[in-house]
Amino acid sequence: MSLKIESVSKNYGSQKALDGISFSVKPGEILGFLGPNGAGKSTTMKIITGLIQADGGKVEICGLDILASPLEAKRKTGYLAEQNPLYPDMYVLEFLEFMGRLNGLKGKSLKDRIEVMIASTGLTPERHKKIGALSKGYKQRVGLAQAMLHEPEVLILDEPTSGLDPNQMLEIRHLIRKYGKEKTLIFSSHILPEVQAIADRIVIIHQGKLVADRRVKEESDAQEILVRVEFEVVNKSFDTSALKTAFPDLLVQKESESLFVFKGAADAELRKAIYAESVHQDIPILSLRKEQSGLEELFVSLTKEKA
Amino acid sequence: MRNILIIFQKEISVFFNSLIAYVVMSVFLTGNGLFFWIFGDNVLETGAADLATLFALSPWFFLFLIPAITMRSFAEEIRTGTIDLLFSRPLTRWEILLGKYLAACALVVFSVFPTLIYFATIWYLGNPTGNLDAAAASGAYIGLLFLGFSFASIGIFASTLTTNQILAFILAVFISFFSYTGFDFIAELPGLSGLNEWIIQFGMMEHFRSISRGVVDSRDLLFFLSLSTIFLLLSDLNLQLKKK
Repeated sequence: MSLKIESVSKNYGSQKALDGISFSVKPGEILGFLGPNGAGKSTTMKIITGLIQADGGKVEICGLDILASPLEAKRKTGYLAEQNPLYPDMYVLEFLEFMGRLNGLKGKSLKDRIEVMIASTGLTPERHKKIGALSKGYKQRVGLAQAMLHEPEVLILDEPTSGLDPNQMLEIRHLIRKYGKEKTLIFSSHILPEVQAIADRIVIIHQGKLVADRRVKEESDAQEILVRVEFEVVNKSFDTSALKTAFPDLLVQKESESLFVFKGAADAELRKAIYAESVHQDIPILSLRKEQSGLEELFVSLTKEKA
Repeated sequence: MRNILIIFQKEISVFFNSLIAYVVMSVFLTGNGLFFWIFGDNVLETGAADLATLFALSPWFFLFLIPAITMRSFAEEIRTGTIDLLFSRPLTRWEILLGKYLAACALVVFSVFPTLIYFATIWYLGNPTGNLDAAAASGAYIGLLFLGFSFASIGIFASTLTTNQILAFILAVFISFFSYTGFDFIAELPGLSGLNEWIIQFGMMEHFRSISRGVVDSRDLLFFLSLSTIFLLLSDLNLQLKKK
């Protein structure tokens, strides 16, 4: 295991920020870290990087206890904080060199790694600029380059794509995926489709407790199918009784006169039946969309109830 | 050691990239130069071949300029979160603290260094040439540097107390002012006359005066070194608390 967290807890005054969280991540695994705002995601990440101290529990990075041997453990991690703090007065190259040296790189290997990171994060056109003069997207790349510079065994990214435009998001996701193939990666995000796209496994925390820990693959297998259909309503509404007889476990949600959501396990069959039924009742379909339920529903159901 | 050097170099480059260093040095040198050569009882007017004006004024310039150098050292990093970049990397708190402290000290040395020209000038202007109390002057230079180093440690400490640079500046000026002259004032309070000599020993001014006479006493140097150590220890304590 390259990252092992055992019943970690943290209190801020009387408020329990983390309440006995345990999970571990294997090398080559990408872990998506989910939870509503204030659930304790950033706190957990700060404890892993040794920035704050847990009140109880244990964090091991590649077998090194973060409290017993902090320097050795920190050498194996790379960290991009949520706010992506950078020195605006420093030049991109100067900053990367500074961070590389702090991570123990020097001489030619430092220069080479900086070149590799600048090329892979797409910083080449901005390499000679001051960080303060960069756009948000480029600053994020500098933050990522800094975190991956020394090829850490465990890369910790706190909301790496927040505030980026869709193109930049795609690029950064691609970069993250590539890195996660060889090393251990843990990242937090609010964007559920993003987590589904990148992560091998997801951990959901809510109010300081771990409420779900499962593989993304299982997630999409077990999920139900949602079909959202918009009908053209002229003078009569769509009658669902025939469909309900054909699919006994079908759930129908009528969102408006014209908008229906069908929820069931039989995917293609259901959609065919809806089409046939609409022809039969002479109510044209304006749109029919199949939606992934799963993660989003899981997230809402797990994180809403106790709030 | 290597990490202290990396932090030191980064701080120095911040000083010179953000104009702080140039402003501090030019204000210090212009101010001193004006009072030394042109305004008031300047050295040409009085005709006394000594550097007394320089050493009387410099501590007061330092009182404002050094807090200006150090006010951002931690306050700004904590406010913007860049301190996390440092603390999440494999280096210790002391390496960060010493790197920043030594960089501030280096800037003090850079500022004082050009005033050696005054020393040389007075040396040649003296009648006969070289009629200058070199021992007192070099003592005063050493005293001035150590005074500056102590102010720097106070400034660093003040900067760990708050995320607001202005507040850090005011705190640093206040603490520096108090530890420079405060004990002299307290010693003069009625009712404390018996303890007078003893209280005065806690102030920096007394030790600076003592070194400036030309006798570089290890006790005086030890005083300044202890003062710096105490404030660096307090800074370390403060940073440690932030981890909780």
